[in-house]
Amino acid sequence: MNNRFVKIVSPLLILSATNIVSHAVFAGEALGYIGAEALAFLEDPLFPRQSDASISLTSQLEYFHDFDDSNQRFAITLFGRADSQDDERTHADIRELYWWRNFHSFEAYAGIRKVFWGVTESAHLVDIINQDDSLESVDREEKLGQPMLQLIKVSDWGTWELFSLFGFREQAFPGEQGRLRAGLPIDEDAIYESSDEREHIDFAARWSHYFDVVDIAVSYFTGTSRDPIFLPQYSGGVPTSLLPFYSQIDRVGLTTQITLGSWLAKLEATTTRERFAQTSQAAVVGFEYTLFGIGGGESDLGLLMEYQYDDLKGPRQVLSQNDVVGGIRWALNDIDGSQLLFLASHDLDYNHQFYSLEYSRRIFENWKFELEAAAFTADDPTSLDFSLRSDDYLRFEFKRYF
Amino acid sequence: MKHLIVVLCTTLLSSICLALTPEQRGLEIAIEVDRQDIGFGDSQSNIVMILKDKYGNERTRQMRNRTLEQSDDGDKSMIIFDSPGDVKGTAFLSFTHRAADDDQWLFLPALKRVKKISSSNKAGAFMSSEFAFEDIASQEVDKYSYTFLRDDKYQNTPVLINQLQPKDPASGYSKLEVWVDAKRYIPLKIDFYNRGGKLKKTLELSDYSQYLNKFWRAGNWTMVNHITGKSTVLKMQDWQFRNGFDDQDFNKNSLSRAK
Repeated sequence: MNNRFVKIVSPLLILSATNIVSHAVFAGEALGYIGAEALAFLEDPLFPRQSDASISLTSQLEYFHDFDDSNQRFAITLFGRADSQDDERTHADIRELYWWRNFHSFEAYAGIRKVFWGVTESAHLVDIINQDDSLESVDREEKLGQPMLQLIKVSDWGTWELFSLFGFREQAFPGEQGRLRAGLPIDEDAIYESSDEREHIDFAARWSHYFDVVDIAVSYFTGTSRDPIFLPQYSGGVPTSLLPFYSQIDRVGLTTQITLGSWLAKLEATTTRERFAQTSQAAVVGFEYTLFGIGGGESDLGLLMEYQYDDLKGPRQVLSQNDVVGGIRWALNDIDGSQLLFLASHDLDYNHQFYSLEYSRRIFENWKFELEAAAFTADDPTSLDFSLRSDDYLRFEFKRYF
Repeated sequence: MKHLIVVLCTTLLSSICLALTPEQRGLEIAIEVDRQDIGFGDSQSNIVMILKDKYGNERTRQMRNRTLEQSDDGDKSMIIFDSPGDVKGTAFLSFTHRAADDDQWLFLPALKRVKKISSSNKAGAFMSSEFAFEDIASQEVDKYSYTFLRDDKYQNTPVLINQLQPKDPASGYSKLEVWVDAKRYIPLKIDFYNRGGKLKKTLELSDYSQYLNKFWRAGNWTMVNHITGKSTVLKMQDWQFRNGFDDQDFNKNSLSRAK
């Protein structure tokens, strides 16, 4: 039997089995979805072996159980994808596997979790607890589960959180067949500044509060950077691959949102000290404005504008170093929740643009589909997104929730 | 003659005898309606929402509501969505305030993100339904100015018809006309007029039950949009009071683990 066929079908079998089990044993507390995604690239690939189109199947399964008069919870969330083209994109992850307990004067989580910090939409600078699942999203919103011990204290002076993070999660990258990747392959064996490598224990703390119209949070992180520095590896004077290097950093982050009527004003800022290099600054600042019931009708129109800045240079430079992002979200408020989302970003240094138009709606109660068209314009060979210049794509995704 | 005046005073509108203006009488009714609900403490209920469009398509949504009464401010409430599948686990926290803008946060389970949302969404549709956020928010006396219109009968029940004008310019309405049960001081019907002064929606509240021998809750809220022909029915079921909720159950932290 074709190997690729096995890869696609076996998760499906597991899935239908789990589905049956979930209904029988965990009544009412299990949820999830199965999805199918088709991805088609409109231009010929830049690199040999890259695919023109792919089909993949995804599933997320979630179960939780509250007990001890809802003072304790056990939760598990599993995610997996089987991809027809890129072996690296066929992957699975434990997104959550934790125990929570309310001790009344404080709360504790132990296990694998996802934690989100931030207020802006186009970039998530302050959000650092979880590693990106770079195989799942270019917008860095999908995350890998992170093992941790988290303590939470809610007081009249805000919410205080302490984290110990055990076991580092490396970023995963598309394989040779995959699109939306760097031109050079990325080495499997990453190197670390800390001799503890993946065993290094990171620490983080956060204080968050709100005063009237202001929501504010200050956070601190010390440990292994989630973003590797890519070191070109040479063979005979020619670069042949990129070696990810994870350095040790200390980062202080600030997030603020001011909510005034229809306006949301947002700021995220970080200052990061890399132990054996420099201290760098980054910020995202912007606004969101919503018009409710446009034209006397039923639909809502949301407008978004954000500016991204990061002063890292050389091999550490990031994509959002000097960019403006605009977005329009049109929610029709019809019976099936139809929605149109348009995003455009403009890089002020390289004069590059990225556009995305997405339409989504429900079909009946539990089916949902998304259609997305995305385009890159990148003609400056010194820019990071130059390798994406031929990766304009159409994406169609279908999900069945249960 | 004196006797006749006393009889008139007790049977006729107090507004004639006490020489209340329609504005004063309207405020008096609103305060009485509000007073009926003081002391409920906390409550929870299951909500089934049935959306219908003008073509006869019908969709059902399920959610749970928890409310905590505040003695010195508007109520705190949390709504957790159980269906449709793609929004299951989404939760909405709101702190209503007597005069200031409400505070509202949304928990998005896919990203594990808590987001403070615009306080001007009151005119926006709640879950694509015919209910605006301001229609389901806890009603505070200070948010409107009042004019008593007339006594009337509604489905054989004596009612007081009171006109409400929202003070907030972000409200989607120019005025509301509320049919208040003259004995129980509970709303039976509300006409909503849009900013252009046109009748936009009508809400009918029915299947009232009394809890703890005092508090009336409608089991059925039917909102009809006269302009679009769409309608939404909210069925509020399984009311439970005195659940022992406190402020710790209604903050951003508890929102982030709402399931």
